Amino acid sequence: MATVEAGQDNGGGITLRGLKKTYRTPRGPVEAVRDVNAHVRVGETVALLGPNGAGKSTTVDMLLGLQEPDDGSVDLFGGPPQRAVVAGRIGAMLQDGGVLRDLTVRELLAMMAALYPAPLDVDEALRLARLSELADRRTERLSGAETQRLRFAVALASDPDLLVLDEPTVGMDVESRHAFWTTVRELSQAGKTFLFATHYLEEADEYADRVLLMAHGRIVADGPPNEIKAIVGARTIRATLPGVPAATLAHLPGVTTAERRGDTVVLVCSDSDTALRELLATQPRARDIEVRGAGLEEAFLQLTGVEEEVAA
Amino acid sequence: MSDTLAYARYELRRTFRNRRLYILSLAFPLALYYAIATPNRAEHSIGGTGIAAPIYVMVGLTAFGTMNAVVGCGARIAAERAVGWNRQLRLTPLSTRTYFRVKVLTAYVMAVLTIVLLYAAGATLGVRLAAADWLRMTALILIGLAPFAAIGILFGHLLTPDSIGPAIGGTTAFFALLGGVWFPVTHGAMHAVAEGLPSYWLVQAGHVGLGGQGCGAAGWAVVAAWTVACAALARRAYERDTRRV
Repeated sequence: MATVEAGQDNGGGITLRGLKKTYRTPRGPVEAVRDVNAHVRVGETVALLGPNGAGKSTTVDMLLGLQEPDDGSVDLFGGPPQRAVVAGRIGAMLQDGGVLRDLTVRELLAMMAALYPAPLDVDEALRLARLSELADRRTERLSGAETQRLRFAVALASDPDLLVLDEPTVGMDVESRHAFWTTVRELSQAGKTFLFATHYLEEADEYADRVLLMAHGRIVADGPPNEIKAIVGARTIRATLPGVPAATLAHLPGVTTAERRGDTVVLVCSDSDTALRELLATQPRARDIEVRGAGLEEAFLQLTGVEEEVAA
Repeated sequence: MSDTLAYARYELRRTFRNRRLYILSLAFPLALYYAIATPNRAEHSIGGTGIAAPIYVMVGLTAFGTMNAVVGCGARIAAERAVGWNRQLRLTPLSTRTYFRVKVLTAYVMAVLTIVLLYAAGATLGVRLAAADWLRMTALILIGLAPFAAIGILFGHLLTPDSIGPAIGGTTAFFALLGGVWFPVTHGAMHAVAEGLPSYWLVQAGHVGLGGQGCGAAGWAVVAAWTVACAALARRAYERDTRRV
């Protein structure tokens, strides 16, 4: 569960060592990234998973050389980010980005391709991003989901070895999402390395070989998706059930912890199905029952041991 | 160099696709020219400069129109920044130098169009000059525009699309008024201030060969100082600009 040892496989992949970044804001300094150490091997697909504000985008920015870390270093394919960028080995979809207007989809991709030493064929980029039919449309007339696909195509323009995708599927519908990940798999099988930041556990679980779990500016867990899912995938059961001590409920099978908030009880479960059956069998007066995923934020608070009351 | 050309080609294509912008920026000085110069077309020595009104106003509005065209490139930069495009560009081999070169080139293409249009308008009001004088005047105006290109890029990297319109309008109006675009600024405190402004020398540059007194070393020194200072500030603004906005 500790961070992966850097050292093996140097010269390839991504190595982040002791990254730190503090922003000065009017309300005082904010430590966006406190200490990030990670290594991604060539050909891996790695998810950087964390809730909003965990420091994912700042980490991505430093990895790409868009921001200088206050401390620590980034190594991409054996050199600084800038060298990999100039060589066209990096493609990125940045968060909240748009595209230039007053050009067609094809023109924008041709414009970007012209900047690189060995670009991907524009038609191939169009095909991979499923934009072939929209090639002659002006970029300002694309829908949100189509714009996301174009941004993906732009990331592919240099025919990069590493693709860094910051929340790539935000704004995509289910179908676009599915098609997007299918393409990612295709490219991954062709040997490309992917690092994607997301706050969707499902995406990390389904599409990553490995998940880096990030919270409060640190990588708090690093492992295969199923391991991470067990950590953050806990569900809670809520019910209105006056008069039953929390300690009694905490002993139900499948329940990890139980807490009382007025007439409501909150059960954090390792196995919510079993816990629910037991609850119904033993406490017939329980009503207003609600089962839901704990949500990344709550899971992270437990995980990082931050002693704050989690708002309901 | 080839990436400069490729990138410039698409930049220009984008500029001319945005019809409203370029038609307005060309039509505005043209309309002003006729509005000011037509009633004064018989004036042979405007403000005692020895320059006839149609030429004086033509040069003044050329200065104003080109100034606007060049500073206006900042608005396009601000719009690109607003969608994070500058961050995307930082992930390409496109160098800062090439990026600036292309922005300046695009701005100058708009400036040259403005010049051609206003010269043609001048000719319709009887402005006649030797070919060498047209060329000399044009060359000097283009050099005199350098600080304004830097100001445009600086604004583009400092301001948002919302705030840049008024900033550009106010700045060019101020520079135009004190620079003697509308009426000659020949003496007094205004003249003393004007001599420190690049717009004054832009207008003077346009007057060389038309009976005006020209720029002189002091004038070019002012232009050079503004160019260097604004370019340095623009570069700094560009380099800090990769942060998320």
